[in-house]
Amino acid sequence: MTSSEYIEVPLYEIAHGRTGDKGDRLNVSIIPYDDSGYTVIADQATEERMLSMFRHRGATEARRYDLPKLKAFNFVIENVLQGGVNNSLNLDGHGKTLSFHALTMTVRVSPEVLDAAKEARGA
Amino acid sequence: MPREQMHIGNAAGFSVDRMDVGGPVADSLIASGKPAALFYETLAERTLAIAQRERRANPEKGYTPDLAGFVGPVLKRCVENGVPIIGNFGAANPMGAAKRLHALAKTQGISGLRVAVVDGDDLRENIRGLQTQQWGEEKPLDLANTEILAANVYMGSQPIADALDQDPHVVVTGRVTDSALTLGPLMQHFGWAADDWDKMAAGVLAGHLLECGSQITGGYHADPGRKNVSGLAEVGFPIAEVEEDGSLVITKPVGSGGVVNTRTVKEQILYELDDPGNYLTPDVTLDITDVEVEQIGPDRVRVSGARGKPAPDTWKVTISVDGGWLGEGEISYAGPNALARAKLAAQTMRERIDVLGLDCDLRTDLIGTVSIHDGDTGELTQSYEGEPQEVRMRAAANAHDEATAALVAREVESLYCDGPAGGGGVRRSTTWRVKTGSVLVPRKDVQPRVTMVTEDDV
Repeated sequence: MTSSEYIEVPLYEIAHGRTGDKGDRLNVSIIPYDDSGYTVIADQATEERMLSMFRHRGATEARRYDLPKLKAFNFVIENVLQGGVNNSLNLDGHGKTLSFHALTMTVRVSPEVLDAAKEARGA
Repeated sequence: MPREQMHIGNAAGFSVDRMDVGGPVADSLIASGKPAALFYETLAERTLAIAQRERRANPEKGYTPDLAGFVGPVLKRCVENGVPIIGNFGAANPMGAAKRLHALAKTQGISGLRVAVVDGDDLRENIRGLQTQQWGEEKPLDLANTEILAANVYMGSQPIADALDQDPHVVVTGRVTDSALTLGPLMQHFGWAADDWDKMAAGVLAGHLLECGSQITGGYHADPGRKNVSGLAEVGFPIAEVEEDGSLVITKPVGSGGVVNTRTVKEQILYELDDPGNYLTPDVTLDITDVEVEQIGPDRVRVSGARGKPAPDTWKVTISVDGGWLGEGEISYAGPNALARAKLAAQTMRERIDVLGLDCDLRTDLIGTVSIHDGDTGELTQSYEGEPQEVRMRAAANAHDEATAALVAREVESLYCDGPAGGGGVRRSTTWRVKTGSVLVPRKDVQPRVTMVTEDDV
């Protein structure tokens, strides 16, 4: 296969996730619908790219923890909640909506990976 | 001869959770015929400060306000069938909660209720005298010249196991780790040693999976067309079927709404997690990097592979101090040019803060554009190019005093007459805020205590 067949899609097409908060720290899980999405995320959803997704909110650091057995990733993002639930002026002080922001990060995928994700999520 | 598996059910994942979910969970536990416990997790980080304030206003109060609403529907059947109820709904007044439970039992015709109170978590009076250490990277709260509203240490599962040794119907705690509400009964039932790290890890993982209630059975998960969940209006709360070796199956009451699948379980495994190899609790340092999940039947997922390392020598204390006031107001604009009118309203609010010379931090949102994902500087909003049919302008301000916060909120309502055309639907509120910070204390400085409260004691 040539790279020209690859398609750029948001992570949302191949993965799901959930956020949690602790003070001003957010964690976002990114979980591929199909296991074939795991290496795509591992290769392309870097800490640097995740940090850049949240720079407009003042984030200072993003760490990625890989869980190859669970086939999932945990991103931990520092200073992104504008003080956290006790101090934030954002309507969503917990950052509960932010998994759907993280999932707008784009990745390049083969048609096979995209099809496998679609099938796994029942589309 | 291995001991029989134990079933642990959850009936609340936070203080404002549904109050009618415990019945189906209790019925499932009873129908299984297995040793079981039912637990409620109702304490957020800042809850203790609010509860302390309530207790100061009324010494009988300071426990979870909805205590009777949560426990009332299940108390009788749990007492009659030997299923202990465990909850951190004691908050700032576990003894007060015990008395309230006895009163509840009386109205339901239940006699001989035994309530075990677990406390020793409240360090408000002596925290200033303890040798504390900084918690992680967090900047410590400045406690000089500040009243400490609450200081509670996260205690582990041992006092809950000890309480269960006395055969209570209900165990009421103050601050304990959420996972201790699950690990406590497992330790007591299986006789797990407190330094059997892999067993402690398995129990903490079970607790971590259950502690947010429906978040593992389809709540906080549904995304129509992708992650479909049916029956959210009657979502079933979770049950863990735990074996003596620590392996477990997550399920929910038969016939309830929601779903238990590998997606719901994976999302909850990683919920509020930092380093998956080092999840610190007073009971154990949990490593979930080898955890695996497997769908073994409808709404049944097996979870295995938790590993434990020794527990830390220090325990976490959350300290609460006054956090000032939040004033908020919202107003809607709809139809042609709605976005421009909402932007003008936001600009007008910013100018009003200057005109009035108010000392506060202001943020404005254009709800219906990209507001909630945006930062306080509005970077995303400025580059937004849609043309929404309606936009809700929100102004929010942090202020030191209630009057300033209330005035900002009031200014939003003034926009009815003094702002752009066609503004409607104002809502405004003023909220007291609590600021929290964490420190570590040596575990030897914490003395968990168990007190049995019978009907003769109240």
